[in-house]
Amino acid sequence: MIVKVSDNIITPLGLTTGDNLEAILEGRSELRLHEGAFGLPEPFCGSLLDRDAVEEAFREEISLHNADKSRTGSSVPDEELTFMERLAILSASKAIREGGIDPTRDDVLFILSTTKGNVDLLAENPDDDRAYLAGSAQKIAEWFGNPNPPTVVSNACISGVCAQIAAVRALLGGRCRTAVVIGCDVLSKFIISGFQSFKALSPEPCKPYDKNRLGLNLGEGAATLILRSFQDAELSDASSHWHYISSSIHNDANHISGPSRTGEGSYRVLRDILEDLSPEELSFVNAHGTATAYNDEMESIALHRAGLDNVPVNGLKGFYGHTLGAAGVIETILSMAAADKGIILPTRGFCETGTSYALNLSSDTRKSDRKAFIKILSGFGGSNAGIAYRKGGAS
Amino acid sequence: MNPDSTDMNSITGGDNSTGASALKVLRSVRVSNRGAEVDGELVSGADVTGLYREFIGDYPKFFKMDALCKLGFVAAELLLVNIPADRLEDAAIVLFNRNGSLVTDRNYQKTIGDTDYFPSPALFVYTLANIVTGEIAIRHKIYGESSFYVADSYDRDEVLERAAECYLTSTPSMIITGWVDWNDSGDYLAEFQLITKLY
Repeated sequence: MIVKVSDNIITPLGLTTGDNLEAILEGRSELRLHEGAFGLPEPFCGSLLDRDAVEEAFREEISLHNADKSRTGSSVPDEELTFMERLAILSASKAIREGGIDPTRDDVLFILSTTKGNVDLLAENPDDDRAYLAGSAQKIAEWFGNPNPPTVVSNACISGVCAQIAAVRALLGGRCRTAVVIGCDVLSKFIISGFQSFKALSPEPCKPYDKNRLGLNLGEGAATLILRSFQDAELSDASSHWHYISSSIHNDANHISGPSRTGEGSYRVLRDILEDLSPEELSFVNAHGTATAYNDEMESIALHRAGLDNVPVNGLKGFYGHTLGAAGVIETILSMAAADKGIILPTRGFCETGTSYALNLSSDTRKSDRKAFIKILSGFGGSNAGIAYRKGGAS
Repeated sequence: MNPDSTDMNSITGGDNSTGASALKVLRSVRVSNRGAEVDGELVSGADVTGLYREFIGDYPKFFKMDALCKLGFVAAELLLVNIPADRLEDAAIVLFNRNGSLVTDRNYQKTIGDTDYFPSPALFVYTLANIVTGEIAIRHKIYGESSFYVADSYDRDEVLERAAECYLTSTPSMIITGWVDWNDSGDYLAEFQLITKLY
């Protein structure tokens, strides 16, 4: 059984999972218009981290970590770390401390999900070695004194779920006992200019699945989900833990920068996962919901084809935007935290159905006592992924 | 290049009982600055565009791709000759490299300077390394898994083991896996293998 041990989320809404959940339940969002940020000629609406607050939290975390003595033998001086790497370490460190994990053990594997890593550094120096994603992951793992080469998943916007699937496989295959899955992306002129050139960005806070949706907002964030494999007998109370049920990845085989009109890949992902759990068990499907015309329409078709029209669906990008490689990790953790509270998180920005098939959406918090969910994502390259977790036994 | 008539190397992926079973390599392809080899045999000394003209020629979208995608596309083409479409629908594509999309990232960076600012979606989309898996999926109508990993260095056994781990959570009909990397000095290497489970 693959079980969630601990987690952390860092977004502009807060530095812990609890703070993020609380902010969401208060209806807060950090999406706002930024003019002149990153030297961009056009303004954009997005969710940006307070760099100073993250740096301060990083310094505090180092002292806590050192006091714990759980970090030994790190060969990476803190001053050599980039902002993105510090952010990833900050998130991982909080989850590692909470989970009581010894990251120096050789049965612990670090898995990093990021789309662009330190790509911002190319502006100063096109040959900057720190732009190599594997180098960043190596520094992060070494900072914790972990001896294993980390895995780096770079699968565009579905990376955060793919990284969890990579963890599940490493755990099932016995390659590790504990997997530290970190999703992290920071914004830059590079990333924002690209999405602007696609005309994909909304000038105001996004409206997932809404009739008047105008596009997506980008956001910054990091999240860590620690998974561990247990023999069933080792868990005294298996029903009190979130555990992995099923997962799937499929390509649309259609277009590199637009989703399939039939929702083919996403539908196949849902079809696979529904072989392992029934729609009646689901509290909700946490969808991608970027609020672009094409993505949300495609997801409505895929969910309809999978027979999930009546199951509650939510999308969380209205709170902190699309956080790229972090999105799948952040949204999985928030889904677990919400189900723990017996609620379905609201889809901020949704008002009136704007997709071919009406989904079971709400801009209000809803109640549910079911303890299973599916998280789905889709992204550039025609990629689609999904993963399902449950707490307690099958109902 | 019928896979059934190819010399089949048996290898073992994984090292335990949890599902990583013995694998069969149906075909292997190596495309580098030296040309293209299929199952160890040099089939052409041409560069990537030359290989496209020699073996494909009917897919104009090739010319819109970035260097990494062109390389992966040509290697996949040589790997999948004569593989029936119904075998490919549920195949998985699992690729690895070191440079990610850095060559195209640097090209894109040149288009967003403070004075020279002309970002284009046609270039930006290639600043994701996994686009090469999408290009291969589109060409061959492959609806299975597409995954891209970045690693510090190329280790063929490691690549095969990671690819074989697909079987732990999914049931691909076959797996197209390997290394596909293009660096700034113009050195390139695609080493692809088409694998299936032995039993």
